[in-house]
Amino acid sequence: MNQIIKIDNVSKFYNRKLKALDELNLNIDEGEIFALLGPNGAGKSTLINTICGILNFDSGTIKVNDLDIIKNYRQTRSLIGIVPQELNLEAFETVWNNVNYSRGLYGKSPNHKYIKSLLKELSLWDKKDSKLRELSGGMKRRVLIAKALSHEPKVLFLDEPTASVDVELRKDMWKVVKRLKQKGVTIILTTHYIEEAEEIADRVGIINNGKIIIVDEKSRLIKKLGQKILKIEINSKIDRIPKSLEIYNLQISNKGKTIIYFYDTKSERTGITALLSELKNNGIQLKDITTEQSSLESIFLNLLKESKNELVRP
Amino acid sequence: MNWYGLKAIYYHEMDRMRRTLFQSLISPIISTSLYFVVFGSAIGSRITEINGVSYGSFIVPGMIMLTILTQSISNASFGIFFPKFTNTVYELLAAPLSSFEIIIGFVGAAATKSLIIGCIIIATAGIFVDLNIEHPFIMIFFLVLTSVTFALFGFMIGIWADNFEKLQLIPILIITPLVFLGGSFYSIDMLPEFWQKVSLLNPVLYLVSGFRWSFYEIADVSIFTSLITIFFFLFSCLAIIIYSFSKGYKIKN
Repeated sequence: MNQIIKIDNVSKFYNRKLKALDELNLNIDEGEIFALLGPNGAGKSTLINTICGILNFDSGTIKVNDLDIIKNYRQTRSLIGIVPQELNLEAFETVWNNVNYSRGLYGKSPNHKYIKSLLKELSLWDKKDSKLRELSGGMKRRVLIAKALSHEPKVLFLDEPTASVDVELRKDMWKVVKRLKQKGVTIILTTHYIEEAEEIADRVGIINNGKIIIVDEKSRLIKKLGQKILKIEINSKIDRIPKSLEIYNLQISNKGKTIIYFYDTKSERTGITALLSELKNNGIQLKDITTEQSSLESIFLNLLKESKNELVRP
Repeated sequence: MNWYGLKAIYYHEMDRMRRTLFQSLISPIISTSLYFVVFGSAIGSRITEINGVSYGSFIVPGMIMLTILTQSISNASFGIFFPKFTNTVYELLAAPLSSFEIIIGFVGAAATKSLIIGCIIIATAGIFVDLNIEHPFIMIFFLVLTSVTFALFGFMIGIWADNFEKLQLIPILIITPLVFLGGSFYSIDMLPEFWQKVSLLNPVLYLVSGFRWSFYEIADVSIFTSLITIFFFLFSCLAIIIYSFSKGYKIKN
């Protein structure tokens, strides 16, 4: 697949001291939804602002559609749209004027038909004559998306698009993102919400301390790194794990009625058979057994823990 | 050249004037009228003619310059400061626009607003005194040149300022005194010799003098010296802005 963004050894310092991006490498495939996860201050916003030209960087190269973003800034920037994290809008302008203004900035001739369809798609048409200060937070977020899409970009950056929005709007946003993907737009989103990445992303990258810790397809990441969870529901309540079962690192939940066992699907022996037989030997009667795949959230937390111990994966 | 981008910035800035039309136009008309009442009629009637021009007429070019300078600076500085303040500047930085195009958009709009106000003041002055413009084209040339130059200077202040206090600091502390001491309301011949020499260090003197020459063919310094001084100031401002904007000074981290 064609790589629309190529980031090669990019470093960025704030005030020549604080290293926000640390020789970062990352490639984004054309037409994919890429979720960039990371804790606060990891470098997510710095990275996307750097690609968009909002921030300078100190070393390395960034290419968009095989064009250098410094030498060919006109071509590369016209391919990109960005939705910032904060609801930064001019208070006294109308929705219609402000979205058309954004299209003009990107060097596109006026196209009222397209802007009309865009506002309708984002449920903003009824508000086109409203002043931006009169809109709710959710509506302002939609206006920012409309502004970012006003020049029909090939790549869309969404910086925390669903931060502090309600569940309904979040799901609406996900629908919009999926529709854009169908139209061939490459989407890169930063998020704190693991479920957001799980729901819409094709690939996930995890960033911490200005470095990409890992990048992989969402499903493969879960499969590759995820532990499976075996939940054993028992007939009688137990207060503590019997001594002979301590080697399994079991956990008790559901007020003593469920035993939880974590196992690695990649290992040759999962230990499930032995565990079940030990339970029987201890007179524990099973009621039900279920397995679950661990979530991206637990993977994310594990990776961060590892990266703190400087176990950085390539 | 991103013409649509340039046009978008220009009309966006002009739209700000439309939204505050009353305040933008009425305020200079009122202040000009007050200057005429106080300096032109009340005090001016007791002052003899200066180089054959009545005092009321003599102060017209200086008053226009006073307003053009302050309006150009405040319009341009506010124009670029506002997106910085509201954090909407990201859009300008992410758009496929060169520093030069952004500057032309903002400075062009600020200079246009000043020119409109300048024309209103000339019309207002015509109500109070008999206006005789000897060189109308040179007068317009000076008007445009001054508006653009000081809009560039205002743009510099807008980039540098990171709060409202700094935005007001230079216009209040430096520009207003320079305008008042730059021969707006008097000829420097009326000053003691020492202060005449000190006045020659004031760049605003050259603007007012050149501009007054276009009205009445009387000047404190030669018209060429005035032009050279303004052009020098214009290109200095332009060079500083292009350099600082391209480096991202106070705009990009």
